[in-house]
Amino acid sequence: MTTSVSITVNGRTRHSEIDPRLLLVHYLRDRLGLTGTHVGCETSLCGACTVLLDGKAVKSCALLAVQADGAEITTIEGLADGASYHPLQEAFWEEHGLQCGFCTPGMILAARQLLEDHPDPTEAEIREGLDGNLCRCTGYHNIVRAVRRAADAMSRA
Amino acid sequence: MATTTVPKQIGARVRRKEDPRLITGASTYTDDLNLPNAGYCAILRSPHARARILSIDASAARAMEGVLRVVTGRDVESSIGGLPVAHKIEGLLEPPHRVLAIGEVRFVGDGVAAVVAEDPFTARDALELIEVEYEELEPVVDVEEAAAGGPFVHEELGTNVAFTFPYEFGDIDAAFADAPIVIRQRIVNQRQIPFAVEPRAVAARFDRGHGKLEIWSTTQIPHLLRTQLAVLLGIPEHSVRVIAPEVGGGFGSKLNVYAEEALVGHLARELGRPVKWTGTRTEEFQATIHGRDQLADLEVAANEDGTLRGMRVELLQDLGAYHQLLTPVIPTLTLLMLPGAYALPALQVGLRGVFTNKMSTDAYRGAGRPEANFIIERVIDMVADETGVDPVQVRRRNFLTEFPAETATGLAYDSGNYDAALDLLLETADYEALLAEQAERRKRGEVMGIGIAAYVEICGLGPSAALPAGGWEACTLEVRRTGQVVVKTGVSPHGQGEETTFSQIVADALGVPLEAVEIAHGDTDYVPEGIGTFGSRAQAVGGAALSLALEDVREKARKIAAHKLEADAEDVVFEEGHLHIVGAPERSVSFQDVVTAAYLADDLPEGVEPGLASTRFFEPSNFTFPFGSHLCVIDIDGDTGEPTIRRYVAVDDCGNVINPMIVDGQIHGGVGQAVAQSLYERAVYDEEGQLVTGSLMDYAVPRASYMPSYELARTTTPTPVNPLGAKGVGEAGTIAGNPCIMNAVVDALSPLGVRHVDMPATPEKLWRALAGRDGGASPSGR
Repeated sequence: MTTSVSITVNGRTRHSEIDPRLLLVHYLRDRLGLTGTHVGCETSLCGACTVLLDGKAVKSCALLAVQADGAEITTIEGLADGASYHPLQEAFWEEHGLQCGFCTPGMILAARQLLEDHPDPTEAEIREGLDGNLCRCTGYHNIVRAVRRAADAMSRA
Repeated sequence: MATTTVPKQIGARVRRKEDPRLITGASTYTDDLNLPNAGYCAILRSPHARARILSIDASAARAMEGVLRVVTGRDVESSIGGLPVAHKIEGLLEPPHRVLAIGEVRFVGDGVAAVVAEDPFTARDALELIEVEYEELEPVVDVEEAAAGGPFVHEELGTNVAFTFPYEFGDIDAAFADAPIVIRQRIVNQRQIPFAVEPRAVAARFDRGHGKLEIWSTTQIPHLLRTQLAVLLGIPEHSVRVIAPEVGGGFGSKLNVYAEEALVGHLARELGRPVKWTGTRTEEFQATIHGRDQLADLEVAANEDGTLRGMRVELLQDLGAYHQLLTPVIPTLTLLMLPGAYALPALQVGLRGVFTNKMSTDAYRGAGRPEANFIIERVIDMVADETGVDPVQVRRRNFLTEFPAETATGLAYDSGNYDAALDLLLETADYEALLAEQAERRKRGEVMGIGIAAYVEICGLGPSAALPAGGWEACTLEVRRTGQVVVKTGVSPHGQGEETTFSQIVADALGVPLEAVEIAHGDTDYVPEGIGTFGSRAQAVGGAALSLALEDVREKARKIAAHKLEADAEDVVFEEGHLHIVGAPERSVSFQDVVTAAYLADDLPEGVEPGLASTRFFEPSNFTFPFGSHLCVIDIDGDTGEPTIRRYVAVDDCGNVINPMIVDGQIHGGVGQAVAQSLYERAVYDEEGQLVTGSLMDYAVPRASYMPSYELARTTTPTPVNPLGAKGVGEAGTIAGNPCIMNAVVDALSPLGVRHVDMPATPEKLWRALAGRDGGASPSGR
């Protein structure tokens, strides 16, 4: 048994026949080949699978693809929206906010939500805002700096 | 020699070359691979810590639509060998370690059967159709009971003690006779779960026409894995290709040869179709190696001025159920590093490695050295406490000061200046002001602790004579016709940034831009040889191999340039992409001209072969010994016991630095993992041998708001061991961090008479100590 969904991913609308138990993350990775969204824990605790659903950060391993029917999804591949890099991507690069890079796409998309909620965040707000995303490489120090740098860049833009 | 150029890239804060693909989602991790016509593997694991397998009925699973193959331990017994352990420990007991259990399961997560199906969902569904009948046996959980007698994890051994390793240096009895101060303490390094955010994954493809097996794996050691898989699967080594694509963190947990790597390779060969396995987070917790889990019973003899007289240490290492690649070797590193930064006149160690019905312990960031440094740096603070001498002074009075420095364990520390690092730390942190602040706060009834820890780590692993599987590193350097440079390095990074730092080294040596350099790694068919990335060796050994190859290429380039300039090679200088006559910069040729000449080869000097390339192996003459001192300030909430790291200041000396941004990042991450062990993480098996901290709901991997910011400073003492003068930095933070944080915790509670607290220092433990309910040094702290 399959079901039809229509999901707009990174600006392109796709009509797909899918198994109802298919998770959104597997839809993105296996059906669309958008492997920038990672699976770290399958239990919504590590945040590696974070994407934007209608502009809100969600954990795509804890959503069924059918729940995204009619929605707009942005993954890391679509974040820059035609530019080379989004200011958050630039800032993570400049501040060495990543090492192995596995948590990075989810971290950047969670940070985008955070900056939408707090365009001028304090360090504490940044740390709390990223609490849904685990990183084991950086100790978070440079991630916090990167988000602060991106906030500055985006407020100037 | 007139070939020295001023470094422009080495030492510069260069943004990483690997980042553009990582921040855009364009990188390829193992699970991102989508091999055509692949089958998907899932593994049935034991729910019991110790049980006899009475029967396995896989008929329903085999009959399920979409299932391609189901295998048990018996099915693969004759086609896959036992998993290896690399060691040089005399008399080590090595029970068989099969890729799937035969007869008995020995830990929760032990593999029992494997399914390959058309898709991963069917494979998982099929696992539920496999019926295994178990007879549960009494599990071996407590390491001390296991050391004392039965039941035995491996019945046929008649003991759980896999090895004993006694060591003695100096006159230990004299050290304790008439010692004015004797301290006894049990110190626990609790079990840790490495938690790389990327779960382990393996994909394999077998080319029947060529008899060739290709394996993609989340590994830190592609070349060692290649050799081991060839042996395990009975395939010629030249017919095995291992690829470590983008690897999402390792911390030692991917420095291994795992059952799934052999199993997936075998299944791909047998099915004639590609096979992929990706571990779930639950499998990661249960069946990827754990770290630490060591008990130390200490006796320390000291003088009233705080100088050490001697130390007796009984070390008990929980090995888990089987040896993984380096399981028994890890505690021997603890033994080696017990003297820390200090002159220790006498040392007696009894080390035992003991099997229990748990996942294997093995290399986790620091691998035996955080354990050692935790012991010795707690000892220093206990001596300070007992003698009333300031902990800074106790450290200074015992520091090794002459280098190379011989230690009580027979090591020769290469270079160091421990006082200088400590001086800079005290200055950076303003120690005097902190002491004054603490006195003020204590008057107000607030709980504030200041902790200091020095450290020396053993890095740049290492001389081959001291390692179980070779300690060299290899590099092939190829200058292509267009002047592009390809470096093929055996160190296979997974976050350490060698694509950037190695490019910096090449750019300085050859005067080419960073963009003209490609650093290739992690593919054994493209990179001919290597050992891998672990033990903080990538720069100190892998970078050193690159330096040797660069020197060869520079020498040859000078010969070719000299021929073109009609001069002696000795008179040719290499400068910013040009080669010119010393003192006559106008008589010059570009590096590109030399490269072109090397490949056109129609006018080369006599005896010079065409081409411009070199392959070199670097064998280090010694380990390297980075060092430093860290300080942290902790506030403890008097009502809730919650600790907050208010400041963390680190002074590290890792020798010459190629890229300060990357070095700082390594310190941040390393200290972060120490914060994790000190305050949050503890892997717990209950009395049934169930891993009760087997998920992220139960195992407290710290999140951003749990973590402090870091203040970093550096001293620079190059090592003479390699041409770069770099010592390595990957594990420093983890090694320094635990005692630094726990010394601060104990210092905070010291007015209450607390002398030691076991990790992790949870709010409950600290609240109990503050409320006088118990000393905080809970004996169940492991």
